[in-house]
Amino acid sequence: MAEKSTEFIPRLLPPRELFAEGHRGCQGCGEALALRQVLKVAGPNTIVCSATGCMEIISSPYPETAWRVPWIHVAFENAAAVASGVEAGIKILQKKGRYPEGKVNVIAIGGDGGTADIGLQALSGALERRHNFTYVCTDNEAYMNTGIQRSSSTPWGASTTTSPSGKESIGQDVPKKNLPKIVAAHDIPYLATACPSYPLDLMNKTRKALEIEGPTYLHVLSPCPTGWRHAIDMAVEMGRLAVETGVFPLYQIVEGRLKLDMVMEKREPVIDYLKPQGRFRHLNPEQIEKIQKGVDEYYESLVYRAECDAKAPMPDAEEW
Amino acid sequence: MGERIGLEVSLAISEAVKLARVDAVAAYPITPQTHIVEELAQMVADGDLDARYIMVESEHSAMSACCGTAAVGARTFTATASQGLALMHEMLFIASGLRLPIVMAIANRALSAPLSIWGDQSDVMAERDIGWVQMFAETGQEAFDLTLCCFKIAEDPRVLLPTIINIDGFTLSHVVEPLEMESQEDVDAWLPTYVPQVILDPAKPVTIGPVGFPEIYTEIKKQQDMALKGSYDVVLEVWDGFEKKFGRAYKPVESYRAEDAEIIINLIGAIAGTARIAVDRMRDEGKKVGLVRTRLWRPYPFVEMRKALDGAKAVAVVDRALSFGGPGGPIASELRSCLYPLQKKPVVASFIAGLGGRDVTIDDFYTIVAETEKVLETGYTDEYKMIGVRE
Repeated sequence: MAEKSTEFIPRLLPPRELFAEGHRGCQGCGEALALRQVLKVAGPNTIVCSATGCMEIISSPYPETAWRVPWIHVAFENAAAVASGVEAGIKILQKKGRYPEGKVNVIAIGGDGGTADIGLQALSGALERRHNFTYVCTDNEAYMNTGIQRSSSTPWGASTTTSPSGKESIGQDVPKKNLPKIVAAHDIPYLATACPSYPLDLMNKTRKALEIEGPTYLHVLSPCPTGWRHAIDMAVEMGRLAVETGVFPLYQIVEGRLKLDMVMEKREPVIDYLKPQGRFRHLNPEQIEKIQKGVDEYYESLVYRAECDAKAPMPDAEEW
Repeated sequence: MGERIGLEVSLAISEAVKLARVDAVAAYPITPQTHIVEELAQMVADGDLDARYIMVESEHSAMSACCGTAAVGARTFTATASQGLALMHEMLFIASGLRLPIVMAIANRALSAPLSIWGDQSDVMAERDIGWVQMFAETGQEAFDLTLCCFKIAEDPRVLLPTIINIDGFTLSHVVEPLEMESQEDVDAWLPTYVPQVILDPAKPVTIGPVGFPEIYTEIKKQQDMALKGSYDVVLEVWDGFEKKFGRAYKPVESYRAEDAEIIINLIGAIAGTARIAVDRMRDEGKKVGLVRTRLWRPYPFVEMRKALDGAKAVAVVDRALSFGGPGGPIASELRSCLYPLQKKPVVASFIAGLGGRDVTIDDFYTIVAETEKVLETGYTDEYKMIGVRE
């Protein structure tokens, strides 16, 4: 795998950092890593619309900024709606000759709270209206910015400050919302899951998402040492374990067809992923077994769907 | 001199927006504002207006998308009312804080519950502190003219603040009125293409909407307050320029038979028409009654209001909004604050009328003046009094 070619990869990447160093992110932040990779590919002809959240707070303490591309933050739940306006505004102004010509990548960025919870409506609206933009959800599986409160994207069994484990509680007692599935139901041309632990994969997917006309979506699992309570030098490792255990399968849905990026016959046991994380520390073997079963079933369902999708007749989106 | 036509007032606003050559509209349907944005959608569909119309999924997203279009330098318009405005609430502060010159029309309507689609001014009165320039029209002509002025005020580099034109839901928005329609040529000459100060442009990256820590937040708010207060002179300048170009004059405050009046009725919006008839009748009966209509609501015209009410014994303020358990209707309590520093000042009596589409009749004005006379006799006034409540 290209991931192993550590000597060559750095030479293949654009050296320019458009998400600059010096921001106020926690040590070992997986989300900041993801943004860095996304922006390396997006390049300078990009406008970023951020939702309120960790990445917005750490990157823009006035008068400092980590953004070397034009950037706007309006509120928590509306990054997709703001991006709608930016995209539409550029389109009309370019037509009227009042905005510089050329392609501008419009990227909206939100965390799992700003995307799966409070921002779901704005996201759905922007996808449905077919704006030409890319939405990047950096999913760290809870409201980390406000102090690790559960979101609908928090996995079953995770202890957070508002879904704490205790004598009477397992922690989050409902399964993680499958947001990519909801996004896919909008029949957008491109959707992918990614993780900064696989930088080339994430960057290739970013490139694809930006090249494709219409709304595209990246769901990026972003390990969070602070919220997941793992060692600060473990974010990359945690992302790899999430993928290798099948907890977070990497896939793309292109024009309705799901394709698994790594089909793993044999996966690492989920306990390897759960164990280094303080948020899962309280789980007993039966509970871990339950998670393992859920992960296996979901993974196998994806394998099956990918096989079916490969053969399935698909409506031609172009005709619409 | 424009062409004299008859037009529904909502559509007059749409025409003004078209003549302003707006670049982007993001809106969500809500009664009684819908005619404005429907008409704009049709204009875009027919190719009469070269703009992007974003049919968003909520008012919250409408104002969010407006922030986006304005941030790339598009002349931006939206319209809403009532619950829609309430849903936008969060965004309204941000639009002004980001200094985005969005223009919005509000067809004022009551707030739920109980659900009411009918007119009053509760919606916008709950938004007094959003940091927008705000004004109220009484007639179709005024709605048309002020909408044009709003763009020029909002986009002035000395202002750069979003601006609201209020019209009363139904009683103004849905009536057909005669008005002088100006030509595209004349409007173009008066309102040039919008030249934004700062935009999101990859050639010159800027960060818009950063975090303001305690060391800087106050200073930024001070700047914003200075801009809103400073917009006062720009409003006067734009209205003067409008008069020179189009011949119709607008002032922050409009007086009617108020010079020697002992009791002055103060109100906002379309019910001024009924009030004027009531004033005429009372004058015929020998009562010294006058009317002062406040046109500019933010920034509040302190000096003009004090001048307009100078010499009166009492002011009867009619609010179409209720401040539950508060010091009076919104217009009345602001007027009391405005007059308080004066040595010699009229008594301010606060009346609440015309809620949720209830007509404010000539008889109601008689009641209001009679009640105000009582206040003058007894020297006592309630914080506020509701008029026309069925017993």
